[in-house]
Amino acid sequence: MLLFLEQCLNGLQFGLLLFLLAAGLTLVFGIMDMVNLAHGSLYMLGAYFAATFAALTGSFVLGALLALIATLLVGMAVELIALRRLYGRDHLDHVLGTFGLILFFNELVRLIWGPAGMNLGLPPSLNTFVEILPGVPYPTYRLVIIAVALLVALFLYVVVMRTRIGMLIRAGASNREMVGALGINIKLLYTFVFGLGAALAGLAGLLQAPILTVQIGMGENILIVAFVVVVIGGIGSIRGAFIAAIIVGLIDTLGRSFLPDLLRLMLSKEAAATAAPALSSMLIYLLMAIILVLRPEGLFPASGK
Amino acid sequence: MNVSLDWRNIAVIVVLAVLVALPLYVAVTGDRFMLTLFTRIIILALAAMSLNLILGYGGMMSLGHAAYLGIGGYAVGILAHDGITSGFVQWPIVIAVSALFALVVGSMCLRTRGVYFIMLTLAFAQMAYYIVAGLARYGGDDGLTIYKRSQFAGLIDLSNKVQFYYLCLAFLFGGLYLSRRLINSRFGMVIQGSRSNDRRMQAIGFPTFRYRLAGFVIAGTMCGLAGALLANHTEFVSPAMMYWTRSVDLMVMVILGGMGSLFGPLFGAIALLVFEEALSQVTEYWQIILGPLLLLVVLFARGGIAGLLTSGRHG
Repeated sequence: MLLFLEQCLNGLQFGLLLFLLAAGLTLVFGIMDMVNLAHGSLYMLGAYFAATFAALTGSFVLGALLALIATLLVGMAVELIALRRLYGRDHLDHVLGTFGLILFFNELVRLIWGPAGMNLGLPPSLNTFVEILPGVPYPTYRLVIIAVALLVALFLYVVVMRTRIGMLIRAGASNREMVGALGINIKLLYTFVFGLGAALAGLAGLLQAPILTVQIGMGENILIVAFVVVVIGGIGSIRGAFIAAIIVGLIDTLGRSFLPDLLRLMLSKEAAATAAPALSSMLIYLLMAIILVLRPEGLFPASGK
Repeated sequence: MNVSLDWRNIAVIVVLAVLVALPLYVAVTGDRFMLTLFTRIIILALAAMSLNLILGYGGMMSLGHAAYLGIGGYAVGILAHDGITSGFVQWPIVIAVSALFALVVGSMCLRTRGVYFIMLTLAFAQMAYYIVAGLARYGGDDGLTIYKRSQFAGLIDLSNKVQFYYLCLAFLFGGLYLSRRLINSRFGMVIQGSRSNDRRMQAIGFPTFRYRLAGFVIAGTMCGLAGALLANHTEFVSPAMMYWTRSVDLMVMVILGGMGSLFGPLFGAIALLVFEEALSQVTEYWQIILGPLLLLVVLFARGGIAGLLTSGRHG
């Protein structure tokens, strides 16, 4: 039971991390109608920047802040130089163009930081445990991730639903020509949204960095999971992304930890040992397939589309 | 169809002649590496051609096409691992398994459109990836070495590099012939019509879903066969050959060569792999050049190589 609680928290933490990635993806997807595979590269860059800046400044928090700014700048630069020209093209062009960017960034990182991965150490104050229940220690840092991601989700909600910029973003999502015709600098708005999404991806990367190794290609796998979240949640819907991210995070984590035992109840030991890893990795894709067959627009289709 | 001597036809003739004559060149110079490289190119060209059937002519943006490479390869690998090396058993199974997978995937994915189609095909490919990665008995993540290539009762020796090369080339020519017949048939016209305007095709009375599904299965089966060839070529299969980035590689070949053109995927496969090979001779960090180049192709060279070759004709 305690293990279950712990795994639920892990799942929530993973889900919220996915939300940070998916939020940027769904904004770019929903507003610019752009499939951006290079989003995973920004996630990777965030982690590399954080590891580098933290080593330079000697402070985890300062390193993280600098890394956020750096990813924001890289994201805006990428939008200005390359992606801007791809808006309005079909999705195939997006897939290929941004795949080119993945190759570029992976190789650039290998050139600058070398093929070996990096580690981002936690400051001693975060590298501790909190007793969430009497006798149940839980890593402080994972709780920090949960808290930061929840704050970001709140911040995004306020920005998108309660500010003028957010109003323009939503308006741009439902009719970009009209917003442009009303005298809004839609190009600048897009660059801003893209930078915001990049920064969120970078944040996810740097938050994840102390838990995993920082390495080349770290963005490729999680990018696909983030796409699953976006599609399940409904393209363009931040609320949908939030709920879908938590569902996906929980299902993935709980599946990995409890499916082997569940299968052992039903199948022979050998069959369970073979089926469990494959099945638990497949769960979220199965979920997406089922949801798309039942609700082709995702759980929360963005209104006006 | 009268064959005029424009740049595209000249290029096609030259490329095909070079492919047929390549073993001669290798016999003279002893450059075995060229033979290995071009065997690989021909196999991947066959895979890209199968993707082009549904992507270029049918407008179905499958981001999971590498799954069939893996399924075909693993069918050969698993049977060989369990001692069944006869190609007469292996290859029909390759065809059956990849056709079945395509039928299941297609019947679900083809109900969706656009981005959702991309994501669903991707999801099924990822599932296939995790299934083979979970096959601990057959190497799991580490992959599976094939100790004996498919046996064809002495008719053809796949371990002989030249014979294997010509077998692959025969498959490529077979694929080209089949594609051309398909595209120009009534069946091909329905699929192309459905790409342009599916609703109108349905209104005319064509059950387009069935046609598109049939096209999807044919493409998947072709790619499964390419996978069986690839497994025999590398004598090794691993889940990595069906990872989603491999599917994008196939897409790159199709786009680079020219989507919706018969010989485009062949041009694309040659261009991409030869270019990769040449660049990797120059610098270890060749992808840093390839990446932006892809972006430039997408931005400025629509229609790919085949498009460039014909653009002069229409002015």
